[in-house]
Amino acid sequence: MGEPGTKEILSLEELEAAGSFRTGRKHIVSILVENKPGVLTRITGLFARRGFNIDTLAVGPTDDETVSRITLTLDGAVQSIDQVTKQLHKLINVLKIRDLDPSETMARELALFKISADGANRAEVMQVCEIFRAKIVDVSKRTLVAEVTGTQEKIDAFERLVRPFGLVEMARTGEIAITRGRTET
Amino acid sequence: MRAVDALMECLKAEGVDVVFGLPGGANLPTYDAFYDAGIRHILVRHEAGGGHAAEGYAKATGRVGVALGTSGPGATNLVTPICDAMMDSVPVVFLTGQVRTELLGTDGFQEADTIGITMPIVKHSVMIQHPLELPRAIHEAFHIARTGRPGPVVVDIPTDLSRADIPYEPITDIHLPGYQPTTDGNQKQIRLAAKALANARRPVIYAGGGTLDASAELTELATSDRLPVTCTVMGLGAFPASHPQWLGMLGMHGTRTANYAMDEADLIVAIGARFDDRVTAKLSEFAPHAKFVHIDVDPAEISKNVPAHIPIVGYARNILPRLTAEYRALEPDPSRLDEWWHRIRSWQERYPLSYVDSTDSEIKPQYMVQALYEASQGDAIVCSDVGQHQMWAAQHYHFDKPRRWINSGGLGTMGFGLPAAMGAKVGCPEATVVCITGDGSFQMNTQELATCAQNGIDVKVFIMNNGYLGMVRQWQELFWDRRYSQVDTGQYPDFVKLAEAYGATGLRLTDKHTLVDDMREALVTEGPVVVDVRVAPEENVYPMIAPGQPARNMVG
Ligand SMILES: Cc1cc2nc3c(=O)[nH]c(=O)nc-3n(C[C@H](O)[C@H](O)[C@H](O)COP(=O)(O)OP(=O)(O)OC[C@H]3O[C@@H](n4cnc5c(N)ncnc54)[C@H](O)[C@@H]3O)c2cc1C
Ligand SMILES: Cc1ncc(C[n+]2csc(CCOP(=O)(O)OP(=O)(O)O)c2C)c(N)n1
Ligand SMILES: [Mg+2]
Repeated sequence: MGEPGTKEILSLEELEAAGSFRTGRKHIVSILVENKPGVLTRITGLFARRGFNIDTLAVGPTDDETVSRITLTLDGAVQSIDQVTKQLHKLINVLKIRDLDPSETMARELALFKISADGANRAEVMQVCEIFRAKIVDVSKRTLVAEVTGTQEKIDAFERLVRPFGLVEMARTGEIAITRGRTET
Repeated sequence: MRAVDALMECLKAEGVDVVFGLPGGANLPTYDAFYDAGIRHILVRHEAGGGHAAEGYAKATGRVGVALGTSGPGATNLVTPICDAMMDSVPVVFLTGQVRTELLGTDGFQEADTIGITMPIVKHSVMIQHPLELPRAIHEAFHIARTGRPGPVVVDIPTDLSRADIPYEPITDIHLPGYQPTTDGNQKQIRLAAKALANARRPVIYAGGGTLDASAELTELATSDRLPVTCTVMGLGAFPASHPQWLGMLGMHGTRTANYAMDEADLIVAIGARFDDRVTAKLSEFAPHAKFVHIDVDPAEISKNVPAHIPIVGYARNILPRLTAEYRALEPDPSRLDEWWHRIRSWQERYPLSYVDSTDSEIKPQYMVQALYEASQGDAIVCSDVGQHQMWAAQHYHFDKPRRWINSGGLGTMGFGLPAAMGAKVGCPEATVVCITGDGSFQMNTQELATCAQNGIDVKVFIMNNGYLGMVRQWQELFWDRRYSQVDTGQYPDFVKLAEAYGATGLRLTDKHTLVDDMREALVTEGPVVVDVRVAPEENVYPMIAPGQPARNMVG
């Protein structure tokens, strides 16, 4: 690529190619943090600075009220996600970080779908819901709201199936995760 | 007592003997407490000057520096020193005033989101939410700034909270569950490193800013055999430049010997150095034959830019003595290094640092530094600004001890030099403190001359006046077809008159034949002195690794 500080002109293609080092492997990163103001900003800021796009983010309490868990999913090259993890460790309020191995991890997400369902297709929609063990939590004349939990992939699949009926709105929490077996997450 | 009086007690308990700052509305309570707290406060003329002074103090003494500013503009003026301290791992605690809590978030008068603005450039920061938190927050700030990889910590104090009446108990039990730096170094890794070193035939020690408090230990390791040593611009002085095993500085403007040695090394022991791009040059061709031992207190530095074969996390001063002991125990054969030294000596002979001196009385910038070295008998604390003068100072003033060379490396902040020198002089009143600056850089914090004059802070400023933003001019000359765009600073201002206006002594030197004597005189003149040294305007810093090139293609 063109050398920095010199007048060599950079082609746009070169410039864009240089940035595309993502492997596409999905990472689920679980972070335990002290429950203090500004911690979330510090963490997301760090990801932004290193050029990572956070796909989902979920924050909630843990069994210890002074500690919160942040779960986020993102794509990244293995090399540089290690670098972000190490940088995250340097934040004083971060207690623990795990880049979870998907095969060792239980991940779940909750989603709410508002689907148009007037007389004609209502039964069909409800059938799809049943297959996905989605709960119908609200019904109106023209729509119904389904609640689904599962992995990101399952929810993606549900979305694909109900979209043709008319998807009015969708809200997803982003995955939370915990490791299988006895080891702590 | 008032929270601000507790703050004073905390500062005293931390051993703070001086702070640098400037008051305003939001830190009036703090300044009221300073009135009779018995802590020396130096009133600067710009908060950035105070911030860099605190850095200079910290770099010269190894202790934590302290800088203060009010809310809003006071805090934003501190942003550059905060970032500078982050980049160069300088322990400084910044105390900023903040608007009273009921105004927070309302765009109140002189409100700035100091924590938000500085978040990416601090080691840690905290805004006080309750007056009772203040003492602990202050002690935590010092603890964090000083330990592990040192760095800046910002404590933002809303003005109403600072006036609250609180009970004060000294705090000694700092415990931060999320902050437990690894400091000792793993013994097994140390043993592995010793073995690698004993087997190496072309080893180089590459020492950085992280070795400044492990200078004796570093020297001990190097001299336990004949291990060649090079330092980054931040590490200069950690290993004595007069030692026969010294290769000179490495990197973009380092010596050919140091860079060629890295290029051909089979083992590089990096100690407290972070493989900056000014050092590695073209990363894919950096030290292609070497395996790397990397000793650093910050695990995030390990394998950040260059994969480490043997990482060791901890303080250099803890690790090096054990590495030396393990190395000695292996009784490595010193003669295995003969061939390597032969090669190194041949580079040293062929490529000494050199320049073409003038044939008349014109002062070459390199000679200016050599003359200053001679006039100060190599025994000054040298603070520098940023530009060509910085590189020439690094090349030609030879540092035999650590903390004698103070500069802004990572951020490269013009305007760092004078206030840093001021802070260094306050921290080391017995030392001769000089500032080598440029005509451009000096103007970025000249106002601190007033602080020096008022407080009798005896710094000697030597302006390498080339009439240019010289470093930028050099790049335009070499890489942009000599299209000199906005680098000519002309003859402004008249630095001698300016010095006098500030209450300092001003001198102008133009003749190389009398330069050493004239400089000697400047050094013994009482009070702050500004010496305008007119040098050859279009000299370039060499040798140089051109951008994008590997070290072996150095030019000049
Ligand atoms: C105009 C200009 C030109 C420059 N040219 C050059 C050049 O030619 N050559 C050059 O070298 N630099 C040059 N620099 C400076 C360069 O930008 C970097 O600042 C410098 O190379 C970094 O030095 P360092 O690796 O020693 O790291 P530092 O920034 O000093 O960092 C210290 C490292 O040591 C670690 N550490 C801290 N304390 C300890 C401890 N107690 N024990 C163990 N580890 C510790 C830290 O975690 C960190 O990794 C130039 C700068 C400017 C402005
Ligand atoms: C605050 C700031 N602005 C701009 C730069 C970019 N810069 C690097 S060196 C330099 C020239 C410095 O000029 P001078 O102080 O006269 O030093 P010289 O190179 O001439 O010795 C500039 C503008 C910088 N490092 N810092
Ligand atoms: Mg200049």
